Amino acid sequence: MDVSLFEVLGPVMIGPSSSHTAGAARLGRAARLIAGKPFVKVEFGLHGSFAKTGRGHGTHKALLAGALGLHEEDERLRDAFELAQQAGAAYSFYELELPDAHENSARITFFHTDGTLSEIEGSSIGGGRIRITSIDGTAAGFSAEAPTLLITQRDVQGVVSGITGQLAAAGLNIGVMRVSRKGRGETATTIIETDSPVPSAVAGRLRQLPEVLSVRVVDLNAKEDADV
Amino acid sequence: MYNTVKQLVAAATSKPLYTVIVEDEAALSQRPETEIWDEFARRWQVMKASAQRALAQPQPMIGGLISGQAARQESYGAGLMGADINHMMAMAFSSSEVNAGMGRICAAPTAGACGILPAVLLTAAERLQASEEQVLQALVVATGIGAVITRNATVSGAEGGCQAECGTAAAMAAAGAVQMAGGSAKACAEACAIALINCMGLICDPVAGLVQLPCSFRNASQSVNALASADMALAGQSCLIPADEVIESMYKVGRRLPVEFRETALGGIAATATGKEIARQLFG
Repeated sequence: MDVSLFEVLGPVMIGPSSSHTAGAARLGRAARLIAGKPFVKVEFGLHGSFAKTGRGHGTHKALLAGALGLHEEDERLRDAFELAQQAGAAYSFYELELPDAHENSARITFFHTDGTLSEIEGSSIGGGRIRITSIDGTAAGFSAEAPTLLITQRDVQGVVSGITGQLAAAGLNIGVMRVSRKGRGETATTIIETDSPVPSAVAGRLRQLPEVLSVRVVDLNAKEDADV
Repeated sequence: MYNTVKQLVAAATSKPLYTVIVEDEAALSQRPETEIWDEFARRWQVMKASAQRALAQPQPMIGGLISGQAARQESYGAGLMGADINHMMAMAFSSSEVNAGMGRICAAPTAGACGILPAVLLTAAERLQASEEQVLQALVVATGIGAVITRNATVSGAEGGCQAECGTAAAMAAAGAVQMAGGSAKACAEACAIALINCMGLICDPVAGLVQLPCSFRNASQSVNALASADMALAGQSCLIPADEVIESMYKVGRRLPVEFRETALGGIAATATGKEIARQLFG
């Protein structure tokens, strides 16, 4: 059987819809981890069925709750608007068309306290599962089921082997890895899904590698500090 | 290894169905079997809680179309079908209400159908005085059947209508109830097949697009279907068509349903004058 029993009996979630509520909350939470910095405001662009039927399914609350760091099993999802207000986080929603996107998709824009922006696009693809499709304008393509490393680096020979060397030394097995670049010698992005959690010390060592610009760890199973 | 109900039943000659299913999951997920049983126990707690929560406490929700149904059914008492079946329907309503009210549920196999499995297994457990261990074994058998349907057909209302969601939940629950009552693996398969043929063609037509109406009634009525199908299988009935062929036909029927009848809120009771008026009042 290639279907896990827990895909059939599950997820444990906040209703009413695995795609429009649980998946939306997970998408918001993944976006928060990808952005990785405190924010004063978050904007949600809703595409397709998220825009059309989201209101009846609590999609807006679920997305916002996720962005605030609430887990998709957390019943405070329904209080997301009040919680955001208490946390001093502004929020807004608008409709948009994302070309060729899944019916249940959103663009999430964080306005950080340091004045920078993060923009994440992703989809809720059914049963509470998600797919991150774009980060800050660069195509992505991962599910965040496994711990995922997002690394940006200069496109220079040997950087990737430096990264994989550090992971091997830490005993971390790579499940999926994808390297892409804007152009030769420019900024490149490496997305690595690992079979086990990435300790913060390992992420720290990766940050110290020459030519590595940034390292973010997206692990939806890890305990994380929420804003609320 | 199993991909069909037939393979599942064949594998269960030397060991119980639930052992076959948990061993297979352990191989797939590379997790120890004890961890899998623990996860089932955790999910069962969530299911039980959702089935009880609205019995005395109506759940507020957007639109409020089904708020208070569980308490109303529960206070009705014994009725024509007896106290056990009435309580089962109340519990199915309860999970539906909790789900609609943004409360915590366990999808089984979907959120919209989350009331059936807990209501049926709790009712069977009460009747049979089953232990927690036996209930979890029944839950595993139900989930194994659900995995076959997920793999070979669909459990999505948008793809296959309500027969794929509440129908699958009923088929799972029927097989689980047979397991709990000590029925054979073959009887579990029969119960699955009977439950599916009893609701073949059932459309998904949510009023205003909300997971409320008719979803809660379908959770209650498909719970009755599940328990009835289990009793028929335990009595030795056979629907003659093997479960795998019934599953395949459910899928084919679902795929041929016009899009109006697949969770679009464009057909069935959603498209009635009153259904459309409710949608207009809620969302303009």
